[in-house]
Amino acid sequence: MGAFRRRVQTLTAKSWFRLPRQPMLRHLSFAVVAVVGLYFLTQWLSAFNDYEVGEIAFYVIALAGLTVLTGVNGQISLGHGGFMAVGAFTYALLVEHTTWSLVPELLVAVAVTAAAGLVIGIPATRLRGPYLAGMTLMVALGLPYLTNQYNSFFGGDQGLNTPAPNGPASVNPTEWLTWIQLAGAVIVLVLLGNLMRSRFGRSFRAVRDDEIAASLAGIHVARTKVIAFTVSAGCAGLAGAFLALSAGGVNSAEFPLALSIYILAGVVLGGTGSLMGVWWGAIIIVYLPTQWSQDLAKDFHANAVVSANLAVIIFGLVLVVTMLVAPGGIQGALRWVVGKGAAYFSSGRVSNMTLVLQESTDPPVSDGESVATITK
Amino acid sequence: MQFFLNITLGGIATGMIVSAVALGLVLIFRATNVVNFAQGAMAMITTYVAYDVLRKGANYWLAFVVALAAGLVFGALTQVVLIRPVQGKSPLNAVIVTFGFLIFLEGVAGSIYGSTARNYPAPFSLSGQKIAGTQIAFSPFDVFVVVAVLVLMILMMVLFRGTDLGLRMRAVAFAPEAARLLGVRVRPLLTLGWGLAVAAGAMSALLVVPTSSLTPNFMDIILIYGFTAAVVGGLDSPVGALVGGLVTGLSLAYVGGYIGGSLEPMAALALVVVSLMIRPEGIFARPAARRV
Repeated sequence: MGAFRRRVQTLTAKSWFRLPRQPMLRHLSFAVVAVVGLYFLTQWLSAFNDYEVGEIAFYVIALAGLTVLTGVNGQISLGHGGFMAVGAFTYALLVEHTTWSLVPELLVAVAVTAAAGLVIGIPATRLRGPYLAGMTLMVALGLPYLTNQYNSFFGGDQGLNTPAPNGPASVNPTEWLTWIQLAGAVIVLVLLGNLMRSRFGRSFRAVRDDEIAASLAGIHVARTKVIAFTVSAGCAGLAGAFLALSAGGVNSAEFPLALSIYILAGVVLGGTGSLMGVWWGAIIIVYLPTQWSQDLAKDFHANAVVSANLAVIIFGLVLVVTMLVAPGGIQGALRWVVGKGAAYFSSGRVSNMTLVLQESTDPPVSDGESVATITK
Repeated sequence: MQFFLNITLGGIATGMIVSAVALGLVLIFRATNVVNFAQGAMAMITTYVAYDVLRKGANYWLAFVVALAAGLVFGALTQVVLIRPVQGKSPLNAVIVTFGFLIFLEGVAGSIYGSTARNYPAPFSLSGQKIAGTQIAFSPFDVFVVVAVLVLMILMMVLFRGTDLGLRMRAVAFAPEAARLLGVRVRPLLTLGWGLAVAAGAMSALLVVPTSSLTPNFMDIILIYGFTAAVVGGLDSPVGALVGGLVTGLSLAYVGGYIGGSLEPMAALALVVVSLMIRPEGIFARPAARRV
């Protein structure tokens, strides 16, 4: 086996550039390139555009979390805006009541939101069906009421202040915040990318594709679903804390049901299951409601009421039409693309062979995927 | 004591409305395995239709009938255009379609009517009655609510238990393939089921709106109460919808009365969590047997 593998490697080494085989190294090298590129992007853009880039960054985090849940694990959340609210309020309360520095505050916000996800996720996994969807919808709709009930604690209509962190004196504060948010987005993408390549990622996909087969292969289906949901909620929590930083304050009006819909539509649009596709979704979420839909309304001489509702209408249509036009749905479209890609690579190329060998050298964990790859 | 009594009565009235919403959800889930998250928004649209009819000078009952008829047609059309293509695909797809439709409808209603709250009249007085010298917070309109929902439930029961059409609809919901082989035309019956469910939703909205106000999202919160009731009672049991609705209505009324009204949505979530922990299938669901 070893000798064969070496031979295969010498064959593929013919190409002049090879990405590291270790997922961690590969993702880190991507991250370094991204960090350098994004740094120059913020230098090049004006302060206002930096602010928008920061918004894109936190939507990337939220979308990446939902991608892991929906695209990779096959569960759905209609209330990620609600989980963002949990993260945002946790962060704001920490700012108000503690003197911690930024990173521990963000980490606690993530932990609290992940715990909220755990509370919702555990009962929802007891049954198949749309329970998780309904419960997450309840989170998104119910949370604003909760903050009204405890007005003095959550700051009422004004909400709580979350001033932007102070950077070095030479750096524009908006730019500094944007860097923090972009760094957060890159870190989250690297971590999730690794998670997807790990035992957990394979279990997520196995559960998505066939729960019964997954459980026969020794995967604890309920636990896997709860882990995916907890990770996803944690990402939303970080995104919420960053949203609070961008807005400079938190109040319940920042987390309407529309926010949850934007996030879901962003995932569907950006290409479900693809962690890099979330950038497209995030760009659309930032620019469509504020600029593109306003321009569109102006072009059609629509009145103010219509233009205020246009973004919501477009996102709703996107969700419905995507599902109707791509008949296999998210997973089907994904599998179709993956299938095409695999067919392309298997047409006499060696690189596919190394892929198979790498998969098979994993410890013999009980997951269906590596077996499936070999038998193909 | 009187406070408790008043809260209980209010809870029963709310519970009956919630039952009607839950019934709509259950009818659709039983037949097509889809939770119709757009149920509330569709009922909101039919209520705006009734509002327009009222504004043209029609009386309350004509508007009532128009809303139910609009619900029937709207539900049937939705099933044909939006749901049929995703039927039998991953359940995620149907969830996304109904959720997208929910926000789409709210956006459309917002563009046409704006977000200003409008008042919708009640056919009977909304103020409480004096019975035997004590003020009871149960208005003639609440009586109407209870009677209307009970009539709806009885009509549905007669339809499903007493008629040939209902028997076929139950067969389609229970075993579509077998029903098809026995000569039942499955697709038109599914469409009819959606129409009936949305008509039930339209009625629930008409019962909510006089004590709330007509805005594009006034049904959002009622929808999640209906979902709560459906989960508590069992997502595929019409009787469960009634019982679950009453349980939900009373629980929310006690939470609202003794702790705080703004906690009601979170109390509903807690109720779902607890009920899934204790009795995952719901009180009245048929025992689950998943085929491998």
